Amino acid sequence: MVVDQLDSDEVDRLFAALADPTRRDIVARVLTHETSVSVLAERYAMSFAAVQKHVAVLERAGLVSKRPHGRERLVRGDVDAIRAAARLLDQYEEIWRARIGRIEDILAAPAEGDSR
Amino acid sequence: MSIVESRQDPEALTLTLVAELAAPPARVWQIWSDPRQLEQWWGPPTWPATFERHDVAVGGASRYYMTGPEGQKARGWWRFLALDEPRTLEFEDGFSDESGSPDPQMPTIHVLVELEEAAASTRMTVTSSFATVEQMQQLVQMGMVEGMTEAMGQIDRLLETA
Repeated sequence: MVVDQLDSDEVDRLFAALADPTRRDIVARVLTHETSVSVLAERYAMSFAAVQKHVAVLERAGLVSKRPHGRERLVRGDVDAIRAAARLLDQYEEIWRARIGRIEDILAAPAEGDSR
Repeated sequence: MSIVESRQDPEALTLTLVAELAAPPARVWQIWSDPRQLEQWWGPPTWPATFERHDVAVGGASRYYMTGPEGQKARGWWRFLALDEPRTLEFEDGFSDESGSPDPQMPTIHVLVELEEAAASTRMTVTSSFATVEQMQQLVQMGMVEGMTEAMGQIDRLLETA
């Protein structure tokens, strides 16, 4: 699966890239619509260069890719890379969900003394 | 399933789960403090846990192993950092080598358990924190080896934490 194919540096880049709210917002946007850097820049209260920098961080983390389109650069999200990041925390959550399910079973069982 | 809330924070590398359990805090405390009860839920059915030592005191340690389907053993340890019966329990959870000694190369997870009394029930909040992404990945991969099911990727949840 995807997670197994990422080395730790790649995972660090993924999480660092997603640690910023503007970058998360950019990712969410370009997942559904390929968007040019200049259109993105209009949406945030920051300079074109600052937005460009955020896009570059996302690109290095493999979360988005850019392609030239006329005089523009279009940004597009890479769904697989984003899923890989989410999946790490999801899998750990799954471990705990299973544990809590077992705790409930124990609590629901008839009390036959606290120690056996 | 009584899980009422789950929060993943990729920045702080924490997972928080809140569950409503149908028992008072004093009863829920026992499933943590009594090693025989703890063994019944800490490991999955395919990798049951055996706690050889469980010294529930600040600075106290636990030693456990989980036994796999082929008889293989995965060893771990806890160290209690803070205890306030029956309200809070804070410990480190790590891996041990074959001799049972803590393995410094392996990930350590910081676990905070909070038990809050609600009407005839307990609201249990478990917050797990990782030191680094690498540790988290290592642990998750081991968890998968232990027979956990693969969760579906939830892009939205991660992105909504903005």
